[in-house]
Amino acid sequence: MIEGILIGLTTALTIQNILMVMVGCFFGTIIGMLPGLGPMTAIALMIPITYGFDPATGLILMAGVYYGAVFGGSTSSILLNAPGVPGTVATSFDGYPMAQQGKAGKALAIAAWSSFAGGTLSAIYLLFMAPSLSKVSLSFRSPDYFALMILGLTAIAAFSSKGQFLKAMMMVVLGLMLASVGQDSLSDITRFTFNNMNLTDGISFVLVVMATFAMSEALTIILKRNDPTSAAKQVSLTELGSIKINKEERTKMYKTIPRSSIIGFLIGVLPGAGATIASFLAYGMERNVVSDEEKEKFGKGSVNGLSAPETANNAACSGSFVPMLTLGIPGSGTTAVMLGALLGFGVQPGPRLYMTNPEIFWSIIMSMYIGMVILLILNLPLIPYIARILAVPKNYLIPLILFFSVTGIYVMSFNNFDIYLMIGIAVVATFLRLYDFPMPPLILAFVLGGLMEENLRRSLLLSNGSWEFLWDRTLTACILATTILIVFWHIYKTFKRKN
Amino acid sequence: MNINTTKIISLLFFIFSAFYLYTAYQIQVFAFDENAPFNARTFPIYLGYAGLFFSGLKLILPDPNTIKVDHKNLEYKKTGILILIAIIYGATILKVGYFLTTSLFLFTSYYFLGERRWILMFLLSFPFVAAFMYLLHGILDIYLRDPFLQSIGVMG
Repeated sequence: MIEGILIGLTTALTIQNILMVMVGCFFGTIIGMLPGLGPMTAIALMIPITYGFDPATGLILMAGVYYGAVFGGSTSSILLNAPGVPGTVATSFDGYPMAQQGKAGKALAIAAWSSFAGGTLSAIYLLFMAPSLSKVSLSFRSPDYFALMILGLTAIAAFSSKGQFLKAMMMVVLGLMLASVGQDSLSDITRFTFNNMNLTDGISFVLVVMATFAMSEALTIILKRNDPTSAAKQVSLTELGSIKINKEERTKMYKTIPRSSIIGFLIGVLPGAGATIASFLAYGMERNVVSDEEKEKFGKGSVNGLSAPETANNAACSGSFVPMLTLGIPGSGTTAVMLGALLGFGVQPGPRLYMTNPEIFWSIIMSMYIGMVILLILNLPLIPYIARILAVPKNYLIPLILFFSVTGIYVMSFNNFDIYLMIGIAVVATFLRLYDFPMPPLILAFVLGGLMEENLRRSLLLSNGSWEFLWDRTLTACILATTILIVFWHIYKTFKRKN
Repeated sequence: MNINTTKIISLLFFIFSAFYLYTAYQIQVFAFDENAPFNARTFPIYLGYAGLFFSGLKLILPDPNTIKVDHKNLEYKKTGILILIAIIYGATILKVGYFLTTSLFLFTSYYFLGERRWILMFLLSFPFVAAFMYLLHGILDIYLRDPFLQSIGVMG
């Protein structure tokens, strides 16, 4: 293995490859900031360029774009509540409120350091565990995935405090209902489309996120006569862009980062799970382990609440390389595009890749770490300037948020219907927000909906319609037991607090 | 039972869930799939019942945290205009093209939100959209349909 690592380091540290990581991170960050253009688009755009290089260099460039895009998505989540990438939706839950308090620079710095730490730790996990983790990845069956989705839904507890449980559950059901629109994944039967061709492919995730977060936030600001820049006006530009993280905040991050990186990495390893679920799960788990006092801060600008999903989504990015490189199974849409590029290079991924092409296998792993360092070096100095977006007057900021939302949807589908649908959902979401119906559970359910149905279907078909699959396998039973424990813990804590 | 807007929303959600459930039962499945343990209508049916259950509970149970919204202080006019501008933007973007509609959308939105610095409004609409369009179309090679720019020969 040491020989492989040295080969990887030698390949990754050539001037050309370092330059590729830098270019990749830079473009990835810019593309990731634009709503609708996630890492998948960014990598797809890079494929024609990568064919001019050798496989290792090409993949290093794509890995840089991947990380950059995920980090870029966090920036728009934190500053505008407009997640550019699905994996950064959970970042906005605490990042946006923190930025609204005039701490935009700090929020971006916490996100940058957490991403860096998450990526670094997962690169270390990958270094030592990649070959053996492929077995873990294969050991997950449909019932385990279904149980994992249920565990993911416990994250809604974070939004159901102060008698909001039923509202949060209604939003979960609404999210699952929206996810059920379109063709059924197995039989191709259309559902809830009302003979409208535009709904056959279902409702896109970006559309729902843009409508319920960015657009509805903009409409709520106008409706309530709020000023999102008021906090920024009260502090100086230097203070707004300050990236200083104090000792207390650092201590919180030291505790959050290791556990969130493990969750993120393990979820990333599972094919089909990905950064979005990892970030939601890490957010929910983090809320379960912090003190009651800290728990109250979740959703209002908590350091732990921001650090956890940021760490997890970057760790999941690294984790998703495990099934791709060792089994040839892409863990996410983005790695599926990368797998296509890999096959285009004539490289066959599989358990023997790190023996037959060690320079590719290890150079990607080594370049991930180098990519993390470069991403941090590139982005930290820019934060004070990026944070100034919040100093833009409301009269300009709101139309610009609407513009980015509409453009994000338009470049995805070139379709008026999607724009109308987005406006419609945004209007309903704005009305619901007025009466404190939380939107994050809707998004969480929307993300998990398709996967949940697919895995429930497989499990029920395999068990001939019997629900025994829930406790037949030890792994499924363990995950469900954890879920039940979390739920009962919440109920116990609520009763204890009331008494 | 105290009637408030949250209860009305719950009632609407209850009706919506009932409609969803009715539609779920109408989903056509293949004959061989009809009695399968899981088919295209199974999950939506569960969801329909879940919707009825949670909204029903919200309707019946007392609401200790009643949300009171002061409608007099809400800015309905500006919000309505902004939504209307967005709808017009959506309706014209394909026919007229990205550049002109987006620029006009931004310009009119600034105006209706109370902005009157004309030069800044212009700079943050037409040149801004042109630069953004160049980034998408020119650099990232993402196709943006624009009949207006094509008609004046700016775009091929």
